[in-house]
Amino acid sequence: MTGAPLPEPAVSPTATEAGVPSTARTSRPRWRETLVLLARNPTAAVAATVLLLIALMAVFDETLAPSGPNEIAVEDRLQPPSLEHPFGTDDLGRDILSRVVLGAAVSLRVGFLAVAFALVVGALIGLLAGFYGCWVDDVLMRFMDILFAFPAVLLAIAVLAVRGPGSGNTALAIGIVYVPVFARVTRASVLGVREEVYVRASRSVGASDWRLLTRHVLPNAAPPIIVQTSVSLAFAVLAEAALSFLGLGTQPPNPSWGLMLAEGRGFIDLAWWLAFFPGMAIFLTVLCFNLLGDGLRDVLDPRQRTLMAGSGR
Amino acid sequence: MSVIVFGLVQLVPGDPIRLALGTRFDQETYDALLARSGLGQPLVTQYFGWAGRALTGDLGVSFRSGETVTSLIAERLPATLTLAFASILVALLIAVPLGTLSALRPRSVVDRVATVLSQIGISVPEFWMAIVLILVFAGTLGWLPSGGYVPLTEDPGGWAQRLLLPAVVTGVVSGSVITRFVRSSVLEALGADHVRTAQAKGLPTRQIFAWHVLRNALLPLVTVTGVQLAYLLSGVVVVEIVFAWPGLGQLALQAVQSRDYPVLQGAILLFAVVFLLINLVVDLLYTAIDPRIRR
Repeated sequence: MTGAPLPEPAVSPTATEAGVPSTARTSRPRWRETLVLLARNPTAAVAATVLLLIALMAVFDETLAPSGPNEIAVEDRLQPPSLEHPFGTDDLGRDILSRVVLGAAVSLRVGFLAVAFALVVGALIGLLAGFYGCWVDDVLMRFMDILFAFPAVLLAIAVLAVRGPGSGNTALAIGIVYVPVFARVTRASVLGVREEVYVRASRSVGASDWRLLTRHVLPNAAPPIIVQTSVSLAFAVLAEAALSFLGLGTQPPNPSWGLMLAEGRGFIDLAWWLAFFPGMAIFLTVLCFNLLGDGLRDVLDPRQRTLMAGSGR
Repeated sequence: MSVIVFGLVQLVPGDPIRLALGTRFDQETYDALLARSGLGQPLVTQYFGWAGRALTGDLGVSFRSGETVTSLIAERLPATLTLAFASILVALLIAVPLGTLSALRPRSVVDRVATVLSQIGISVPEFWMAIVLILVFAGTLGWLPSGGYVPLTEDPGGWAQRLLLPAVVTGVVSGSVITRFVRSSVLEALGADHVRTAQAKGLPTRQIFAWHVLRNALLPLVTVTGVQLAYLLSGVVVVEIVFAWPGLGQLALQAVQSRDYPVLQGAILLFAVVFLLINLVVDLLYTAIDPRIRR
């Protein structure tokens, strides 16, 4: 997409497996190759580095944050950005930099949990539907279509209305929304792999369904799913922020970027920094996941570039 | 479909009658309201009653306000339609030129700038952009009102002023998604064999582009525009809230919060119908654009 033109992928994953049937374990060098190609794409490399820093920030949040998330200092309320408070303070005198750092943990945890749920459930459904076909496919995919027909935000809101607000339920709500997306991507990819020669060869020598699925189908159907994971993480972080902004996600006084934005909205005329910095944090994280997703797509799945994951929203 | 709509809404916990009545009520009023709403009946009876009436356009009565759901939805529909179509217009005005330009000169400066801009547009939280725009245009500059809605028939100037910011916010986001599709579909159409043949025949570039490239690139554009329009008609709750825009998303959110089953069911059913309708229109447009599909 950007950066130096990528060399034609010398060995496409499918070709590797097809050329060296069943016995050779080629997965490790393939990973290394992917990483090398990714590192040559400057945009993706920068995005991955920034994400790594954000993740480190989320892991070591309590050591990194200059003060606690809820340390109230009324005499310092609504201070503009300064050396002491680089991002300023909010209406209760809480340090915004600290809350943005601590909010990273909340936003990323919800994002990862949501995508993990959607990935496991969606990929399993897509795998079964694509591999077995006929009525299994019909039943599972019709159900996915119905779920997909619901407006994403409203579906998440409805799930939260059923389960009540909070971080865990937010992750579940976003996860449910993305299950059909993963199911579709996985099914399409499995359909492409199912009839490959190496799968038929393995089947003809008596390999079990389980072995076929885990050794041949899933590894070769993986690239689009990996790309979808990165793109979905972007949307999950965005969705968590939106739901928290509406008051349905993470609850106060926990620091969540979306919630901080909602709280800062009331003070927008007085103190722009309340809403500005959490918004920047969301934007930067989402942008990096999207750029990484694009880079991964270029490396892993060049043919899919035209399709793109516009279904995400 | 209607079973799912009904079932999902029934799962929302909380006693709607208690919520409607507030904290002070006697058992008699409660029983009367329970009987009137039909909530005491078995779920299957409730479902068939609801579905049967829905077919005749009667979606029931709101628990909260006592108005019919149909009138509540009809009240909100103009605002939602206005915003959705204005946003799609903004989106296409951004996406078609930007996507085409970057496809015509791949890897050029224009292409890179367009790619970066569309990535930013996809990644920026809508509500944050809304807040920043309100701060700048309504707060600092004071050019535009910060929100609200007036019907076109009452005050065309005020209508346009209030529409501009929300339409730009949602339009930029949808436009960024569409830009990427336009770019890739134009690129693909440019690389097709018949385009090379046309070039070999010595046709003028302009004619090749209008006849051979754009027409083929139109199919994916129609699809993604349909998806985006469905999304805009149903899912811009957050932007509606920030701009105090009285649309359907806001109505649905309030219905969830107050456990107003009939309103929620009606709204979700409407979204589902809209989704199906848009898919139908997209399919019909396909056959109009590409006669090969008719076979």
